[in-house]
Amino acid sequence: MTTGQTKYRTSDEVDFVIVGSGAAGGVLAKELSTNGFRAVVLEQGPYLTEADFTHNEFAVVNQNQLTNHPELQPTTFRKTPQDKAKRHRAYVHGRMVGGSSVHFTANYWRFHEIDFIERSKVGPIPGTGFCDWPITYEDLEPYYTKVEWEIGVSGLAGASPFDPPRSKPYPMPPLPTKSGGVIFERAARKLGWHPFPAPMAILSQARPGRSACINCGFCESFGCEVGAKSSTLATVIRMAEKTGRCEIRPNCYVHRIETSANGRVIGAAYFDEKRNVHLQKAKAVVVCANGAETPRLLLLSANKEFPNGLANSSGLVGKYLMINSGPSGAGVFEHPLNDYKGFAVSRILHDFYELDPQKVGFCGGGGLDARFDLAPISFALSGGGYDTLPPGTPPWGKEFKAALAHNYTRTLQIVSHGTSLPVENNSFSLDPDLKDAWGLPALRMTYKDHPDDLKLGAFLHARIMELLDATDAKQKWASPVEEQDFAYHLLGTCRMGNDPRTSVINPDHRTHDIKNLFLCDGSTLVTSGRGQPTMTIQALAYRAADRITALAKRGDLDA
Amino acid sequence: MQDALSRRRFLFHSVSGISATWIATHWPAALAAAQHAHNSAQSAAPPGFEFFTPDLAAEVAAVAARIIPTDETPGAREAGVVYFIDRALATFARDDRKLYAEGMTELQARAREMFPVVEKFSVATAEQQDEILRSLDKNGASNDRPFRSRPLAQNFFETLRQHTIAGFLIDPDSDLHGNREGVGWRVIGREGEHVFQPPFGYYDKDYRGWQPAAADPEKK
Repeated sequence: MTTGQTKYRTSDEVDFVIVGSGAAGGVLAKELSTNGFRAVVLEQGPYLTEADFTHNEFAVVNQNQLTNHPELQPTTFRKTPQDKAKRHRAYVHGRMVGGSSVHFTANYWRFHEIDFIERSKVGPIPGTGFCDWPITYEDLEPYYTKVEWEIGVSGLAGASPFDPPRSKPYPMPPLPTKSGGVIFERAARKLGWHPFPAPMAILSQARPGRSACINCGFCESFGCEVGAKSSTLATVIRMAEKTGRCEIRPNCYVHRIETSANGRVIGAAYFDEKRNVHLQKAKAVVVCANGAETPRLLLLSANKEFPNGLANSSGLVGKYLMINSGPSGAGVFEHPLNDYKGFAVSRILHDFYELDPQKVGFCGGGGLDARFDLAPISFALSGGGYDTLPPGTPPWGKEFKAALAHNYTRTLQIVSHGTSLPVENNSFSLDPDLKDAWGLPALRMTYKDHPDDLKLGAFLHARIMELLDATDAKQKWASPVEEQDFAYHLLGTCRMGNDPRTSVINPDHRTHDIKNLFLCDGSTLVTSGRGQPTMTIQALAYRAADRITALAKRGDLDA
Repeated sequence: MQDALSRRRFLFHSVSGISATWIATHWPAALAAAQHAHNSAQSAAPPGFEFFTPDLAAEVAAVAARIIPTDETPGAREAGVVYFIDRALATFARDDRKLYAEGMTELQARAREMFPVVEKFSVATAEQQDEILRSLDKNGASNDRPFRSRPLAQNFFETLRQHTIAGFLIDPDSDLHGNREGVGWRVIGREGEHVFQPPFGYYDKDYRGWQPAAADPEKK
């Protein structure tokens, strides 16, 4: 384990406390410290490095070595506010320095122009808070490019006719093509679709101190032991530490943001590893704790002056949760694909990114990818008809073993990724009964897919089967379209907007209510895009750092 | 240290087509990590059990052997799955001890109830054993994607099923005593190397690289 040399005392009033070191927090740490500010990053999880990462699937996946633990931080779930929530693991996120960017799949799609202005184009949708972003794709484009070049994204510019405009090509060529990608590409071309090399935040070429991908195959769900995956841990966090102005402080569970009598934040209170409470003082706080933990922290910080939680005058903190949707399918082929080798995804297509609601009867769109993302135990345990072993495969015995032995090397998954519409009832809130291991209220997720999201699911299901029908798969199936009760993506819960009555933060990421409190992570998103949010979260983080720097330099954060 | 060195030789030896220079340039931390991870203890059976009595181990091994049976290819027995479960119950899965104790008692009672001449599960025939296990597996197995909740995890048979599968397919370099000599991975066709290079499989071996479609329409 290596940590930087910079240490601050909790009584030092640093310029910024950043809560969370994931996709957004890591970028803000690097940018703000590079711009001359003193920053402390408070991270719930441990500080692990490449040397700590293994292929021990049982520890990593089944025992949540890198992710939130359902026993220590339990959650509850209900479909509607009328239901009583039951204990249920509702979402997963990274819980370590680097956050979810350590274990993620690393699909790096930019949002398209439509994602920022779809409400204006489509019109209102009943039952939603669907609206335009206060910024556009053009505002974010330079930051998308910055992400690609600074952290390292592999891809081929111009390969998709549906791509939005870009100011620069990718910094390095796409990763190699897997057998599944070749099958996907050939079938899609037969159908007149436009498959292209997946943009991935994984290095196809080495960079100083980081290897190119070695195709070890333990990628999604795992930490990369050669630094090829462009997590914030492998990239911007190192740069932040090198400035000498940023301290990454792990094992700090922030549970309260403290405010002063004049309604400003003064720092963040956290439990250390021994559960002692400290207050790190700061001139401003930037919360980048993810779309679940950010609203939770604001709600946990309720006090006399802010009885409904910080930054919650709109009542929208935690609301409009979007988790993306999309069924998946699989095919089994005659010969081995060996798609367990390498990263997860080598081909995608965006032909259905932008659909005409008049024609299809719903609002939304999505993409498809060719992937294999399950390490052996997960493959065997996920069987029985979702997207690994064929439907009807018994879960144990001779037939189970035979299916595993035949299919593990011969299976291709097709996963679709699509829109979630923003529905006010879909939300995170504090559970009135359940507490976590620190005695803090657990998070309650309320979620019911909007009817349009389910229609999109059925549409994508049909496209998956159409694609599989254009291959020579010996067996093929797709998972049923069902209402979701589990989230990998945590979006929209402190949305950005110009109007303080209908949003939580302004386009500078500053909360409408508190001048020196900023939020930046998945919670910022106004729409859900088409299912791959991390690239946009990081572009927002680079942009937020520019905005916050400008405000700080002109004294706008001072009391 | 001996293990680390042999691992290093193995790595250099196994990545045919990649020179040692390539690795030295492109792979700064991996060697150290792989050496660190490697533990040759799994190449042989551990000397004894940490938690199970020999009798209990024999019964658990008998159940595991029906979950992943030995046929033309190795099964749970050859992969030393019972040693993985023993290690689990001795360490990270201590909380499951009660489940195993009670579940095993119920299993044996069920065995005697269904087949009065059978003294214990491990001496029943394979057909009898399958029948006994089917009667315990009435809830069906869980089939969720990784990280999702497993509502049946408190069910003894489901827990044992999951532990057996994990013990069969775990990275053999982990220190959990499962997948002995990598037999589980060999059964499913997963090669044991740490580094792979394309082509990976049958369908990409003649692939000539991405080309734009012949008649690509204008961007809509």
